[in-house]
Amino acid sequence: MKSQLTWRILVGVLFVSLSVITACGGKEATVTPEPAPTPPASPIPPDQNTPSPPTVIADTVPSLPAPTPADSSLMGNDLNELNRSIPLAPIFFAYDSGEMTTEAQSRLANNAEVMRNNLTWIVTIEGHCDERGTTEYNLALSERRALAARDYLVALGIPVHRLRTVSYGEEFPFEPGNDEAAWAQNRRAHFVVTAQ
Amino acid sequence: MLNKTLLGWSFTFLIISFAFSGGRASQIPASQQPDQTQPAEVSLIIGDRIGTPPRFAVPDFLALSEDPETIAAARTMGEVLWNDLQFEREFYMIPRDTYASIPVANSITDVSFDLWRELGADGVVIGTVQRVGELVQVQVRLWNIRGQESVFGREYTGSANSTRLYAHTIADEIHQNQRALKGLAQTKLAFVSDRNGESIVGPVDDRILKEIYFSDYDGYNQQRVTVNRSLNITPAWSADRRAIAYTSYLRGYADILVSFIYEGRLATPAAGSPDNQNWLPSWSPDGSRLAFTSNRDGNPELYVMNADGTNVERLTDNPAIDTSPTWSPTGAQLAFTSDRSGRPQIYLVGVDGTGLRRVTFESYCDRPTWSPAPFNEIAYSSRTGPGHDIKIFELSTRDVRQITFGIGSNESPSYSPNGRHLAFTSNRSGKKQIYTIARDGRNLRRITRLGNNEMPSWSR
Repeated sequence: MKSQLTWRILVGVLFVSLSVITACGGKEATVTPEPAPTPPASPIPPDQNTPSPPTVIADTVPSLPAPTPADSSLMGNDLNELNRSIPLAPIFFAYDSGEMTTEAQSRLANNAEVMRNNLTWIVTIEGHCDERGTTEYNLALSERRALAARDYLVALGIPVHRLRTVSYGEEFPFEPGNDEAAWAQNRRAHFVVTAQ
Repeated sequence: MLNKTLLGWSFTFLIISFAFSGGRASQIPASQQPDQTQPAEVSLIIGDRIGTPPRFAVPDFLALSEDPETIAAARTMGEVLWNDLQFEREFYMIPRDTYASIPVANSITDVSFDLWRELGADGVVIGTVQRVGELVQVQVRLWNIRGQESVFGREYTGSANSTRLYAHTIADEIHQNQRALKGLAQTKLAFVSDRNGESIVGPVDDRILKEIYFSDYDGYNQQRVTVNRSLNITPAWSADRRAIAYTSYLRGYADILVSFIYEGRLATPAAGSPDNQNWLPSWSPDGSRLAFTSNRDGNPELYVMNADGTNVERLTDNPAIDTSPTWSPTGAQLAFTSDRSGRPQIYLVGVDGTGLRRVTFESYCDRPTWSPAPFNEIAYSSRTGPGHDIKIFELSTRDVRQITFGIGSNESPSYSPNGRHLAFTSNRSGKKQIYTIARDGRNLRRITRLGNNEMPSWSR
């Protein structure tokens, strides 16, 4: 029993030595110990008593121009007075529509007549919407209204270079209010004399 | 009797914490460590990440200087940091008044662990503020109360005027450190406001001016950007947060202006004219390009150009209205609004103009906003009655969910850079105001109060 164990150990030792010899390519059979495994990289030390150099905090200050005084106007006073007498009648649109009504068509015919009598006028057509659509889409819808009015005037013989358009969406309601009476007033194209 | 119950509870709690720490403390030999794929930081994360969120407390910071400014700053930093951490709902934030009486700590490292443990806090943020000449020095530690160890520590120095910015910076770092989450506390909101009540003598009526403003994400530090006494709308932050593009009627027609807010420089990349009007700018995610609407070819179409105005390409060609562009996170596609079906609906198109696809089939949809990654969804404004509500279209499932159910109209959604929140306009309080809301419809916050405020853009 005992000798059998010894025998097994001997065989084992022989086997190990053999493999070492093979590994060392026939050199002297010295068993070199495996290098100790390096410990895994330690996590960030939990208590950072000496933090890394401080992060510098500074609010970036915007460089903004000073406000202009509050008395300017878009145009000269003469033009404002002229426009406030509404020489060119506004036209109104159905909900979510850029289509011309018959009422609008007759007003445009009148406006064309006025423009023919004032040949130096340059007219800007403003497209407007009521507040029910979305703010962003209304910018395009009011554009469509202004363009429809322009095209109609051009068809009536007004040279296109005397007409400009601008779309204000729902930004400048004519009638403040949240009912159909107000909305109907706000779905419109205004005609503004921008040069005399 | 009460004392006994309390004692019993603390005792139970002690046992539980002991069991927990015991489990963690039992050392496994390095050679037998089972899973090396776990990141090294995992041991520094408070909470078990499975059950309820960890409970955090943020007491007032400790003022290490006696002057009233430092004392006030210490209180503000605690408040702001608590709010910032509450905003993302990653932690259960213990209400601050429940520990107002706890002597938080004698120093940044001498923490009253027993008192915090009794309160049920898993993590406590201890900060100090010290005046150093003209500057302040801010130190902060996040303490794991059970382990009695600091899991996160930072030190900052800088201007004494940026009190809230220290707290915002710390909040973002804690979210990054504990949750690998891109926080928003340092982001900004740009918006349109008529708060100055200034009007301009118009040709037909006197008209209220609108100017571009911006503020911190929580509504503080509101600052005016434009002063041109005109109509300025639809702001959009550039990718680097240094510029805001918007639609301005400064010259009597709509054109895109870009304000470089830290340089005081103004650009007009679309080079508009009365016959070439441009509006609704939208930056590509990499900041190199702008999509916008223009009437230059006769009716509203979509265009894309380089940020400097070169290389203009037309994207749509349809007699209907095409407007409100927004970029996909990769910049390869855009969503936009078109009424080519008769009503405004949301469509997708490739940046090369191919691959047109309709997304919504509702009564009226506009202002799509594509979420940033990792979400892949488009928020938009949808008519749900007399007004509009914010809905979200999930691109992979085609599911639509509604997140506002407000009285009045809810419009102009804009995603936060981590995709978890939206800013939008609502007139639910009477006037138009900016609100923020989480993408699941919770956590509604009102951001503005003065005048009418609308069309928010959340900075990257």
